Amino acid sequence: MSYSEKVIDHYNNPRNVGSLPKGDTAVGTGLVGAPECGDVMKLQVRVNPETGVIDDAKFKTFGCGSAIASSSLATEWLKGKTLEQALEIKNVDIVQELSLPPVKIHCSVLAEDAIKAAIADYKRKQQDGQ
Amino acid sequence: MLRFPIYMDNHATTPVDPRVLELMLPYFTDRFGNAASRNHSYGWQAEEAVDVARKQVAELIGATAKEIVFTSGATESDNLAIKGAARMYREKGNHLITVVTEHKAVIDTCKHLEKEGFDVTYLPVKRDGLVDLDRLRAAITDRTILISIMAANNEVGVLQPIAEIGKMARERGVLFHTDAVQAAGKVPFDVNASSVDMASLSAHKMYGPKGVGALYVRRRNPRVLLTPIIDGGGHERGMRSGTLNVPGIVGFGKAAAICREELATESARVTGLRNRLSDGLRRELDEIYINGSVEHRLPGNLNVSFAYVEGESLLMGINDIAVSSGSACTSATLEPSYVLKALGTSDELAHSSIRFGLGRFNTEEEVDFVVQKVSAVVKRLREMSPLYELAKEHEEVKIRG
Ligand SMILES: Cc1ncc(COP(=O)(O)O)c(C=O)c1O
Ligand code: FES
Repeated sequence: MSYSEKVIDHYNNPRNVGSLPKGDTAVGTGLVGAPECGDVMKLQVRVNPETGVIDDAKFKTFGCGSAIASSSLATEWLKGKTLEQALEIKNVDIVQELSLPPVKIHCSVLAEDAIKAAIADYKRKQQDGQ
Repeated sequence: MLRFPIYMDNHATTPVDPRVLELMLPYFTDRFGNAASRNHSYGWQAEEAVDVARKQVAELIGATAKEIVFTSGATESDNLAIKGAARMYREKGNHLITVVTEHKAVIDTCKHLEKEGFDVTYLPVKRDGLVDLDRLRAAITDRTILISIMAANNEVGVLQPIAEIGKMARERGVLFHTDAVQAAGKVPFDVNASSVDMASLSAHKMYGPKGVGALYVRRRNPRVLLTPIIDGGGHERGMRSGTLNVPGIVGFGKAAAICREELATESARVTGLRNRLSDGLRRELDEIYINGSVEHRLPGNLNVSFAYVEGESLLMGINDIAVSSGSACTSATLEPSYVLKALGTSDELAHSSIRFGLGRFNTEEEVDFVVQKVSAVVKRLREMSPLYELAKEHEEVKIRG
């Protein structure tokens, strides 16, 4: 497998690796996995309660280089976006940006799923809090 | 001085030994004759060279020269042995026995024969990768004509108890074929001591050239007959038609001779390197697991799972080291290694596996570099792994609880 330069760059210098406090009401956590390939992605967003804008995003990924790059890129894109804008990020955008080959498309799907799961978790917390 | 990438994938293939290459070269130029040409010195010269090589290959495995059939490689040898025997002895029975961890050259050949109406039993293996001899005994029926079980596995390096299997097969009057590709030249392998009736060999796994192999076919007690799978000019006593690959065969012979002469010292040296690698990794890292029996194992094999780290991403980080992984992400089909699955390795650990294959040209310096590099990348990837984080949280809960 040969990788695009962008995948290699994200792999070598992953942006936003780490964890945000899961219990924080401003934090949404998405934990997703692709069973066909046994990979697991955790993606977290922190939303500024005043502005509704994502002011921090973190990830941890068990998966191939393309999965790591997809989640790293996703966190980069998420910062500064509103939840509505964040939900517009699609896996095809990630595929295009990273020049992923067809066998690695599901790694980008995983990243999209992780974004959705993190935002859903955040929204759930807001409802529960009310 | 280290040369990059460091090659530790000697189960996939090995470099040609310079001594082998040197001997081969004239057979591309001055001595280019066809070994089947009976009327001039070009032909005689080629034939003589093939005779020498045939003897050298035979001696490596305790056979006689006439029992060696040269082929294009072990894939062909496995096909010839299994299809050839099954079709020849069909009158006697239609049942074959093999093992789930065999190379695809054996498994897919057996699958093909199932379509021709043969019954095949694919025996499971134990947790350590070894076949259960009681299960094998129980699987043999009056209709069984062939047992095909590999001498050494190409992924986990596990050595099967072929002497016991051969004895059992002999007692029951069943032919025994073994894929000895990974074992020959690396560990002692003798067709008589192990009552082997057919054995597949490949030159490129023992520092010879690619595209040449052999099938050992027993001529006495019992005499094994095969239906050829390639028809033509009747070379190799009718078992394998086709003009002989003279330079390749010359190289194969020399490679076999070197392996035979150096087996004792080389296997001790390579075992030392393998243990240095294994000890080094264990010193640097926790939660690493060796796949397959440690005791019954090829000297050069270390197949190890680095928990919480996915194999392909690990390979990407150690791209100055040439190794392979059982991870699904590295395969076109996104299936993890069927061999590790057969050993009962969890999917997660199969995804985390790396196969190191050490060989003749590896050095201690290389091993030390690999230990450092792999450990550093595993640590970095574990910091990025949600599974590692979860495991540590559980640990803390346990400690606090
Ligand atoms: C155990 C085993 N059998 C058969 C083969 C096939 O050998 P060849 O490459 O000579 O066709 C290999 C090599 O991949 C092997 O490791
Ligand atoms: S995570 Fe398995 S192919 Fe990407």
